[in-house]
Amino acid sequence: MKTKTPSWRKTSPASYFLLASITFLSIFPFYWMFVVSSNTNAEISKSPPSLIPGGRFLIVAKKVMSAEGVFFNHALLNTFIVGLSIAIAQVMFSAVAGFAFAKLDFRGRKSFILFVVGTMMLPSQLGIIPLFMLVKNLHLIDSLLGLIVPALVTAFGVFWMRQIIDAQVPNELLEAASIDGASVPRVFFSIVLPIIRQSSFVLGLFAFLAAWNDYLWPTIILQSPQHFTLQVALTQLKPMYGLDYALQMGGAFLATAPLLILFIFVGRRLVSGVMDGAVKG
Amino acid sequence: MALLKDVQGSHKPALTPWKKKSKKEDVFPGVRSLNGRWGHLFVAPFLIMFLVFGLAPVIYSVYISFFKWDPLGGSEFVAFRNFSLLLHDSDFWLALRNTFSIWALSTFPQMFMAIGFAAILRNTRLKGKSFWRTILLVPNITSVIAVTIVFGQLFGRDFGIINGILDFMGLNRHIDFIEGIIPSHSAIATMITWRWLGYNTLIFLASMLAIPNELFESASVDGATKWQQFRFVTLPQLRNTITFVLVVGTIGGLQVFAEPQQLAADGGSSKQFLTLTLFLYNQAFVNNKYGYAAAIGIMITFIVIIISAVNFFITRKISNDGTR
Repeated sequence: MKTKTPSWRKTSPASYFLLASITFLSIFPFYWMFVVSSNTNAEISKSPPSLIPGGRFLIVAKKVMSAEGVFFNHALLNTFIVGLSIAIAQVMFSAVAGFAFAKLDFRGRKSFILFVVGTMMLPSQLGIIPLFMLVKNLHLIDSLLGLIVPALVTAFGVFWMRQIIDAQVPNELLEAASIDGASVPRVFFSIVLPIIRQSSFVLGLFAFLAAWNDYLWPTIILQSPQHFTLQVALTQLKPMYGLDYALQMGGAFLATAPLLILFIFVGRRLVSGVMDGAVKG
Repeated sequence: MALLKDVQGSHKPALTPWKKKSKKEDVFPGVRSLNGRWGHLFVAPFLIMFLVFGLAPVIYSVYISFFKWDPLGGSEFVAFRNFSLLLHDSDFWLALRNTFSIWALSTFPQMFMAIGFAAILRNTRLKGKSFWRTILLVPNITSVIAVTIVFGQLFGRDFGIINGILDFMGLNRHIDFIEGIIPSHSAIATMITWRWLGYNTLIFLASMLAIPNELFESASVDGATKWQQFRFVTLPQLRNTITFVLVVGTIGGLQVFAEPQQLAADGGSSKQFLTLTLFLYNQAFVNNKYGYAAAIGIMITFIVIIISAVNFFITRKISNDGTR
């Protein structure tokens, strides 16, 4: 028996039109970065401006890489090191603590988790001055470690991991293992970790992207251009006199391209990560 | 059912008065056969790092705010003077105004659009679902600085495409998206909306997909139009998500920093887009007024708490009214 499609299941052409528009608006700024950086400033400043890529991208890319006092290739490497270190550390710290909060019965479990969730409400700039003083006293100013160490753990990561482990790791499995005599660390490493591998990867991605795009903290503690991350380096891509749109946009494009390439491979997983973390109902 | 539960419960030893607390443990969701004492060891690395780099600075910030604190010149206890100075500082009120204006311009239009796009993406018959969802998230991975550079150019007064389009539509007056108050706030709000619209759409979509289909089916049988279904079935179910997005958006909105700082480090010629966080940054790391800047941070926190509380009460009231 064939039933009539209920009205709420139909898709109108208007839906596709709206989706196509938002797709265009989402992609256009990236396209525009490329257009501006591959044309001369004159081509962009005329009216109407050139809307198609020109042939100067490699020249501009070279200019970005060799811009005086910027060290763009250093910045690329620095950002990569910082992002990767933070991602790995956050996943490890969060998984270990999240597992304890989800599955282990210890004194203060409830108050600890309440306390951690409570602090998630605090805006990050509240503690930023003492954090700067602390990092200065540890002699980590103007170093990549100064970026990495304060970001090793986050309340969000632990909270996320607790939810994930709670939802994905069945209690019966752990019970069976513990009755067979497996110790808690053993249970964690050989049962819990393999199950949450996928979600750990998503948390790591979030951490990596956040670190890659962070600007406030790097701009506070970094001083010498060799230690700059991409975001700070980008802000230095200004010529002494006037404006060089091609140079700035070329930098922006080069700083974003690695993320776009990464996104091609992990975009879908990020989507499900965002949606899994959403509040249902 | 209740009886059955009682019978099952009776297997447990009778509670002794001083052990009443253990009643709470009945809701413990984890695994009892695992030795709980490992718990402390497992949370210790996180907690220690969190206390040192997360909580201690926050507490110390409160302490500093009672001092006139110059990193080079030393410190002097001034009690609440930083706060009273702040309340008499016109820059503070300007920053507050700008922050709220940018927040409102970036939050509400974005929320309407996000709910709308989520409603489109919810459609089970939509083709290329996964493609649309993925493409929506692309702006979110872009760095704020890159976004500021691109949009700064697009919004340019003389050669920007946006003014070019306005020109094309017959509006001859070029809008200065830097000097004007509302234009500059709109430009910054556009950058924020561009970056976060897709993310919030996915959040709303997840919440819509959790609504049982039967609700729509029965509404459809009752003759509800598409709009009525949206208004009376979908929207009420999104209450918690709306609160969530608003609270997260408020915390984010109070942290707006890179966009205005890149447009002009001092917040503009008449400080027309000086935001609270930019104000804090400049006081602390340009003017070396640590105590004063710490006081700004505390004010920002108060605002977050107040808005979250208001939000919470409003949604709770709506939900009470909704369920009658």
